[in-house]
Amino acid sequence: MILDGKCPTGPIEKTWDKHRFDLKLVNPANKRKYTVIMVGTGLAGGAAAASLGELGYNVMAFCYQDSPRRAHSIAAQGGINAAKNYPNDGDSIYRLFYDTIKGGDFRAREADVWRLAQVSNNIIDQCVAQGVPFARDYSGYLDNRSFGGAQVSRTFYARGQTGQQLLLGAYSALSRQIKAGTVKMYNRREMLDLVVVDGVAKGITCRNLITGEIESYAADAVCLATGGYVNVFYLSTNAMGCSVTANWKAYKKGAFFANPCYTQIHPTCIPQAGDYQSKLTLMSESLRNDGRCWVPKKKEDLGKHPSEIPDEDRDYYLERKYPSFGNLAPRDIASRAAKEQCDDGRGVGPGGRGVYLDFSDSIKRLGESTIRERYGNLFEMYEKITDENGYKRPMRMYPAPHYSMGGLWVDYNLQSNIPGLFVLGEANFSVHGANRLGASALMQGLADGYFVIPYTIGGYLATVKPGTVTTANPEFKKSVEDVNGYANKLLSINGKKTVAEFMRELGGLMWENCGMARSKESLETNLKKIPALREEFWKNVKVTGTGAELNQDLENAGRTADFLEFGELLCRDAHHREESCGGHFRVEHQYEDGEAMRDDANFCYVGAWEYKGDGKEPELHKEPLKFENVHLAVRSYK
Amino acid sequence: MSDHKTMTLTLIVWRQKGPNAPGKFETYTAKGITEHHSFLEMLDVVNEDLIKSGKEPIVFDHDCREGICGMCSQVINGVPHGGQERTTVCQLHMRKFKDGDTIYIEPWRAKAFPIHKDLVVDRSAYDTIIQAGGYTSCHTGGVPDGNAVLIPKPDADYAMDAAECIGCGACAAACPNSSAMLFTSAKVAQLAALPQGKAEAAERVKNMLETMQECGFGNCSNHYECQAACPKGVNVKFIAKLNREYLKSLAS
Repeated sequence: MILDGKCPTGPIEKTWDKHRFDLKLVNPANKRKYTVIMVGTGLAGGAAAASLGELGYNVMAFCYQDSPRRAHSIAAQGGINAAKNYPNDGDSIYRLFYDTIKGGDFRAREADVWRLAQVSNNIIDQCVAQGVPFARDYSGYLDNRSFGGAQVSRTFYARGQTGQQLLLGAYSALSRQIKAGTVKMYNRREMLDLVVVDGVAKGITCRNLITGEIESYAADAVCLATGGYVNVFYLSTNAMGCSVTANWKAYKKGAFFANPCYTQIHPTCIPQAGDYQSKLTLMSESLRNDGRCWVPKKKEDLGKHPSEIPDEDRDYYLERKYPSFGNLAPRDIASRAAKEQCDDGRGVGPGGRGVYLDFSDSIKRLGESTIRERYGNLFEMYEKITDENGYKRPMRMYPAPHYSMGGLWVDYNLQSNIPGLFVLGEANFSVHGANRLGASALMQGLADGYFVIPYTIGGYLATVKPGTVTTANPEFKKSVEDVNGYANKLLSINGKKTVAEFMRELGGLMWENCGMARSKESLETNLKKIPALREEFWKNVKVTGTGAELNQDLENAGRTADFLEFGELLCRDAHHREESCGGHFRVEHQYEDGEAMRDDANFCYVGAWEYKGDGKEPELHKEPLKFENVHLAVRSYK
Repeated sequence: MSDHKTMTLTLIVWRQKGPNAPGKFETYTAKGITEHHSFLEMLDVVNEDLIKSGKEPIVFDHDCREGICGMCSQVINGVPHGGQERTTVCQLHMRKFKDGDTIYIEPWRAKAFPIHKDLVVDRSAYDTIIQAGGYTSCHTGGVPDGNAVLIPKPDADYAMDAAECIGCGACAAACPNSSAMLFTSAKVAQLAALPQGKAEAAERVKNMLETMQECGFGNCSNHYECQAACPKGVNVKFIAKLNREYLKSLAS
């Protein structure tokens, strides 16, 4: 099937305005007759729930944490992009649009990216109005810094915790609506099924994580704002609870999964220290504004203290390879460059898996206090984890899984191929192509939540009669039975291996064979080993306790079971895409200098997978990508 | 990093089946722990052993494991988050302990934070306090340009210092009165310092303070235990700010 993204046509700069006018409206008195389910309360879900509640819809919002304020958006450090052009350095909506398309290696839809760039400015205004304490300069104006893949300073920030401040802004707006009674909040609920009635999304089934009760909720539309799936690598920068589960359950109910192989490996994370490790910690890309990446030129210098290695014996490899972007090369490129140095035997630290991120030049130029003011909390975090002082000795960094560009397929209205199912933020695939630029995730989450879904969901709801389906419908009863049955099955296996052992094993396979470099052979290895591991899981996993209580072992078992299915789909997608683009690097497809080689003649499309049943091969659907405003070109940051 | 020495520790952990079940301390041994393990990774090791021997693992809240989500919440040797300055439990590392140490681990203890199970408590009272007024009532859309109102850098920095709060609950858990004044004041002070928050400042402080008391938190009697326990270093000066804002609201 050829998929249609239903993008508006005509001059790109008019597309969103025209589309907004063309969308049907629901009149204020009728809005309260409609109920919308919002799963996930991060930047996208929190902003959307608050905005829809304010418009007058009845919103039921769900999160697995104990409070909507804890969604993993909170961990974003560096900043949020907007095309304000406050620094007068040449920025514009068009340039943000262009940078994002190019940064994504020409694998995103033009119209979606244009809209994102257009509403980026509204987001900053909205957050300021909420009281988000963005950094200001001494004149009282908003301050900006630079991020990777851009030659302008368009990133707004709140110290090294921009995600926290933006999320707390959305959370405050959400709290206001909860108080007003337009949003009913359900904390500590994990969505375990999407309920589809006559082909239309009408509700969800979830587990109350405190009591273990399986509960169903019906609505006129369901929105998933359930984040990304890079915990499939086991070690990632995601929170421990981040999973593919909600998206995977929707996939199994018919929603297409688009571009799962587009995963982002972030270049600057604290290297792994041991096998016991449960997660990796990111160090913001903003550090590359003032830090320089290097490794020793000579292998014999590897054992030396970095300060003993003179400047001429250091290889500032990003500045050498990409002189015009230098240390602010985009993430996919910076990550591969770090791997290249380590593979060449010049990596530093345990196992040779690390590069230096050095601030000594900046400290000399600006003083330690300026660096402390800009990044103090990051240096503090680095020291807590590694017991090393980043002001005195260069930090050690290594790439780690961080973000998923792929996600559920959506059209321009953020609606999936299942009518009534909308997907927001990282959970959808829409704007980042094959690589996301730094400080664009926060932008997308809030754009979808504040300024896109409030319009587009109205266009759908105006076409449906409210309240036609309730939880009395047999589909809901069946859903509850299925979810209960699944939990009981997990609890009854009583094997010998723990859930964590399976997850570590899957993560190892994914990182080794489907990580920063992928080949036909390595992917075929995974396509054999993952199903075997899955089979072993269902025979030999040990899950303690019962279903009728707070049972974290059972929660993890369910998430792992889904990753064991999803990991295979990710590898299948990576296997079919015989080109390199953005975060997807196939070793067979590269230029002589090691840069990614796209194949626009054969792969300039979105690959969306349809579930065909357990044990059956999923079917690939394609949505061709058309570039009418940006010329397809080899992406160069040299 | 070359240090391969491992530690063995004795853990004395609060176990409680449910909100109304009686709780008690149980003793466990943590073996093979290195100085690079985080505190929660040490508990992961203990839980793996418990699961393998068919026992129920220790239930504890955690999520981001990088000190920002505010989910982790354990009283370690009598101190919320374990006593390392400006550090959450998840960022506490085992290099702060010695081989052979005995460690007591308990949940937050406060009337307004009932225990769900083991080390997991219900902190929804903090959400209730924010819902009482911890926001500016701006609509989505229809707001002025971000630079339309200038905010002097010292004011923006002051607001940011207050906004560092991660809502973990350590302040109330540390307070002999189980007061949530540090938490409440951080939001009141952040918004009162900014022009956007001034319009509703009087109503906000009254409503949030009233709600705090209704939720079952005590009042502040200047022990400063909250500031000592706060993993983000939120300062008690914000409580003074809250008190000033409250007095102003009575006059308005």
